[in-house]
Amino acid sequence: MLALVLCLVLVLSMVVVLAYAERKIAAFMQDRLGPMEAGPYGSLQSVLDVVKLIQKEDIVPAAADKFLFKYAPVIIFAAVLAGFAVIPLTPAFIPSGTSLGVFYLLAILSLDVIGLLMAGWGSNNKFAVLGAMRSVAQIVSYEIPAGLAVLCVVMISQSLDFQEISFQQGILAHQTGTTNYLFGIKALGINTNEIGGFTTWNIFRAPFLLIAFLIYFIASLAESNRAPFDIPEAESELVAGFHTEYSGFRFAALFLAEYAMMLLVCLVAVVLFLGSWNTVLPNLGSMKLADWTTGQPGTLSGHLWGLFWLLSKTAILLFIQVAIRWTYPRLRVDQLMYLCWKVLTPVALGLVIIAAFWRLWMVG
Amino acid sequence: MMEEKSTWWQNVKGLLQGFNLTLRHFSKARNHRQPIGINHKDYFFQPEGLVTLNYPQESLPVPDKGRYRLHNEIDDCIVCDLCAKVCPVNCITIESVKATEEIGITSDGTKKRLYAPVFDIDMAKCCYCGLCTTVCPTDCLTMTNVYDFPEVDIKNMIYHFTDLTPEQAQEKRELLEKQQAEIAKAKAEAKAKLAAKGGSQT
Ligand code: SF4
Ligand code: SF4
Repeated sequence: MLALVLCLVLVLSMVVVLAYAERKIAAFMQDRLGPMEAGPYGSLQSVLDVVKLIQKEDIVPAAADKFLFKYAPVIIFAAVLAGFAVIPLTPAFIPSGTSLGVFYLLAILSLDVIGLLMAGWGSNNKFAVLGAMRSVAQIVSYEIPAGLAVLCVVMISQSLDFQEISFQQGILAHQTGTTNYLFGIKALGINTNEIGGFTTWNIFRAPFLLIAFLIYFIASLAESNRAPFDIPEAESELVAGFHTEYSGFRFAALFLAEYAMMLLVCLVAVVLFLGSWNTVLPNLGSMKLADWTTGQPGTLSGHLWGLFWLLSKTAILLFIQVAIRWTYPRLRVDQLMYLCWKVLTPVALGLVIIAAFWRLWMVG
Repeated sequence: MMEEKSTWWQNVKGLLQGFNLTLRHFSKARNHRQPIGINHKDYFFQPEGLVTLNYPQESLPVPDKGRYRLHNEIDDCIVCDLCAKVCPVNCITIESVKATEEIGITSDGTKKRLYAPVFDIDMAKCCYCGLCTTVCPTDCLTMTNVYDFPEVDIKNMIYHFTDLTPEQAQEKRELLEKQQAEIAKAKAEAKAKLAAKGGSQT
């Protein structure tokens, strides 16, 4: 229960900050000022936006399928929020430390699709239906390269537990009985267990995971309906896609779920590829940078350092997501499918094979 | 095969270039346009940074003689109605009442002989052509440099420039009527006299 409250508060506050940051970053990239009126430098803008939305009338279209329409935002938000349950926030804190975390996450995120389809179908609006269909087609397709990229990590780590995957990627690896070698190859004989820092991140433990990371990142953009894959809610063609008919609190829930989804996919990317809550700084000789920036699990410093590294890495990824949105034009539907099925999926399949061999080198 | 590969790489390079461009703009966002007027040498020159101003708090100075909101210095207005006639959109409404005597003189020495119980300019209709200010013989109708005057109620966009209260206006009208009645009476008497004289002549 405490974990749920903590998670909800953390997610909502991050989401509000993210919504504000997105508007500011967009403005700066377009040489504008962005929100300036609410609070210093407009910093209360997104809080007030949410407050405004909650006050608004909750309109259910007369011809809508009331049941689907009303419960779709709940399902979408719940699915995203449930995803946070398995994300380790610090070495000793994970809302739900299940050993099937990765599997659970992939499964629960697929639930999102049902919510989107419900919202689109229930609205009884052609823009909403088109948006929902596009969104479902896109998410279902992109789950494949994303899943394959995640599979590579799972093969390298030999675990479906997010917390264990996290432990393996830092100086605390010995706690799970893992020994890290440079680039993961035992034959090189360079033990990086004591060096830690970025050298034990998954993208360094098995450098080909860098490509897997790129694939995952691209696919995650599509899964969270972010530009340049925002064809489900393409403003210029579909008004607002599946949430065209929503207003008030329900719209706020959809809006927050969208940003929470961004946050979630970035968190997962950090946990799986970029060393989770482990520090960036390696131990260099007598400069024990990694030790200094990692607390003992369970202590206050352990919690704070873990949270700090996790969130700062996530923030960088989120910044890239936002920057991508304001840089690239939207893909056409056929281009989107081309990228997924003819580029990302074959490459990801190749990576799975490489991962198998790499794992052999890691132990052999 | 070779060719295809190079296009692929060019695409990636193009994507990175685009990304770099937005990042460059982002990093230059510390610089900020200054509220400088058109007379400043840097007005047209801003290589980088934010181009918008935080408007209500800071704004670009406009030229003193810009074509913005109209102002009528009613003390100098001789109510000649020229401005109302020239206005292409008919947004000036003037009603004039002849004064019984000379009211005064304007600052350029013209005699004022008319009151203006109504002198309204509808700024919502005005197209800011400035014709009315050029025809004004006493230069009392001018354009100021105020350009930010939105109103919630569109009726407030009608500016009333008259300096007479409705009661005063009524009083002036009555005075005029009285004077005219007197004149008419005098005229009638004179006519009657003339008629009587003429009658005796024939
Ligand atoms: S500026 Fe032009 S449109 Fe406006 S009141 Fe004068 S003559 Fe009419
Ligand atoms: S032209 Fe000038 S003097 Fe004549 S009525 Fe208009 S404002 Fe008054």
